[in-house]
Amino acid sequence: MTPVLELQNVSVAYGGIPAVTGVSLRVAAGSIVTVIGPNGAGKSTLLNAVMGVLPAQGSIRFNGRDLRDAGVEARVQAGMSLVPELRELFASMSVEDNLRLGAFRHRAEGRAAATRGLDAIFALFPRLQERRRQKAATLSGGERQMLAMGRALMARPALLMLDEPSLGLAPLIVRDIFHTITELRRTGVAILLIEQNARAALQVSDHGYVLETGRVTLQGPSSDLAADKRIVELYLGHGTQ
Amino acid sequence: MDPTITLILLQDGIVNGAIYALLALSLVLVFAVTRVVFIPQGEFVAYGALTYAALDAGQMPGSVWLLCALGAAACGASLWTQRRMLPPRALARLLAGTLGIPLAALLLTRELAPLRPGVLVQALLALLIVTPMAPYLYRVAFRPLAQASVLVLLIAAVGVHLAMGGMGLVLFGPEGSRAAGFSDGSLDLGSLTVPGQSLWIVGLTLALMLGLYGFFEFTLYGKALRATAVNRLGARLVGIGTAQSGEIAFSLAGLIGALSGILIVPLTTVYYDTGFIIGLKGFTAAIIGGMASYPGAALAALAVGVLESFSSFWASAFKEVIVFTAIIPVLLWRSLRGGVVEDEE
Ligand SMILES: Nc1ncnc2c1ncn2[C@@H]1O[C@H](COP(=O)(O)OP(=O)(O)O)[C@@H](O)[C@H]1O
Ligand SMILES: [Mg+2]
Repeated sequence: MTPVLELQNVSVAYGGIPAVTGVSLRVAAGSIVTVIGPNGAGKSTLLNAVMGVLPAQGSIRFNGRDLRDAGVEARVQAGMSLVPELRELFASMSVEDNLRLGAFRHRAEGRAAATRGLDAIFALFPRLQERRRQKAATLSGGERQMLAMGRALMARPALLMLDEPSLGLAPLIVRDIFHTITELRRTGVAILLIEQNARAALQVSDHGYVLETGRVTLQGPSSDLAADKRIVELYLGHGTQ
Repeated sequence: MDPTITLILLQDGIVNGAIYALLALSLVLVFAVTRVVFIPQGEFVAYGALTYAALDAGQMPGSVWLLCALGAAACGASLWTQRRMLPPRALARLLAGTLGIPLAALLLTRELAPLRPGVLVQALLALLIVTPMAPYLYRVAFRPLAQASVLVLLIAAVGVHLAMGGMGLVLFGPEGSRAAGFSDGSLDLGSLTVPGQSLWIVGLTLALMLGLYGFFEFTLYGKALRATAVNRLGARLVGIGTAQSGEIAFSLAGLIGALSGILIVPLTTVYYDTGFIIGLKGFTAAIIGGMASYPGAALAALAVGVLESFSSFWASAFKEVIVFTAIIPVLLWRSLRGGVVEDEE
């Protein structure tokens, strides 16, 4: 079966300075793959390149299709969604408007279809329903993360990419977010999850990659990685919760 | 100063202010969505007015040829930028949009212009000829610069303004024109006589503002445009094409500019370069409103119109000076408050 996403030898540079070098990675349909690594390893750079926000070298194939010439909008149209590190919400617009715009890809289906999608998101994140008329700017950090994920899910993507969804959130909310990620598995969406919280990421994922200074240094089934001595020492040992 | 004169000046100010308000709104819209300061707005006013006047005189307006040329240029530019990704349906839409519309305008004008089909048809035809120039200009001059800084976009806008000003002289000649209004009647309100055209101006302005409000507040495309203005990357991430948003914003600005010209040409003689000073007053209002707030810009535009009409009564030689000087205290106040429109990224 063709993987949803397949990267071969992908490199990204900022003005000549490499940030990601020769990364190869695959995400099978319906699976959760995580990329872990320290701050500054190039994780966000990699995701942004996959989404087309940054130009990249190497091959990026999505459902078997080469995305070389596709812009961000075309990738969304093809079924990718990214929840970026900075969330990029429409701050001065309401929660509901943010979510409805998430379904922009399906605009031809009309408002009623979008409303059904909205109800599904509200079932997943009841907090958003309570706040549906509020402006996105007034939300708390956890709610903003829920809104960003909800907005991405409104597109009903084949691949959902999450850039550090737990960043800056209180431990209880982090648990909720990871719980939601496992819930999403049932909808069949493939997930590429980027995290510094290696323990939680390896728990919810099927397969993991370790990225260090722009290169993949380790990869394997998540349960193996979680037991790997080097990982335990570097990411799961004392000091990291 | 007796109350009648005050009322007349006030009425003048409101009518002019309504036009400035429309222009200010479209400037804010274009800036918010594309970061382009739309200096050529004034040329759209002049083109709209002069195209309508030519049709009113039963002549073929020269602007129709410019429309064809711009359409062809936009077609070429878009074929080039989208050369690697152009499915057949998109190609068909591109050709219809950039070649079909000018051709239709050309044929319609050929048929209708000699017949002098009446103000309404002439106005619609003038809108059809002038409005699409704005999205074509966007495709040719601004879309390739989408990643550039506000300053570079401003320079491009000045370039387009100069080019369109020169073309205006070529197409319409140096003489001014006037044309028939939408209504010859007038409304008597005690000592005040309100010309029918003024009512048309205020009425259409209000209708257009309500329409825009509805568009931005209640339609998905209107919200998509707002989203692009609020967070460009966020908009791209949900699949809203910034190029399409820019094109819609420019189309609205072109429509508003052309309509403003059609509305004023029955009241005042319009020359090929008259639009600039009118656009500049809309710009003044937009700046007072901070280039970001629609109600702020509209209110400021009314104030600019009233200020202008009163200063033309008291010190007519200085009326432009007074209006444009009004910007200085506002800018000072804004910069002291720190509420400057910043360049994102
Ligand atoms: N906009 C940028 N311009 C230049 N260098 C950048 C930019 N963004 C990130 N970098 C550099 O690229 C490297 C990878 O960054 P990033 O992808 O954000 O890492 P991570 O998400 O793993 O923390 C870092 O060394 C960072 O300094
Ligand atoms: Mg990061």
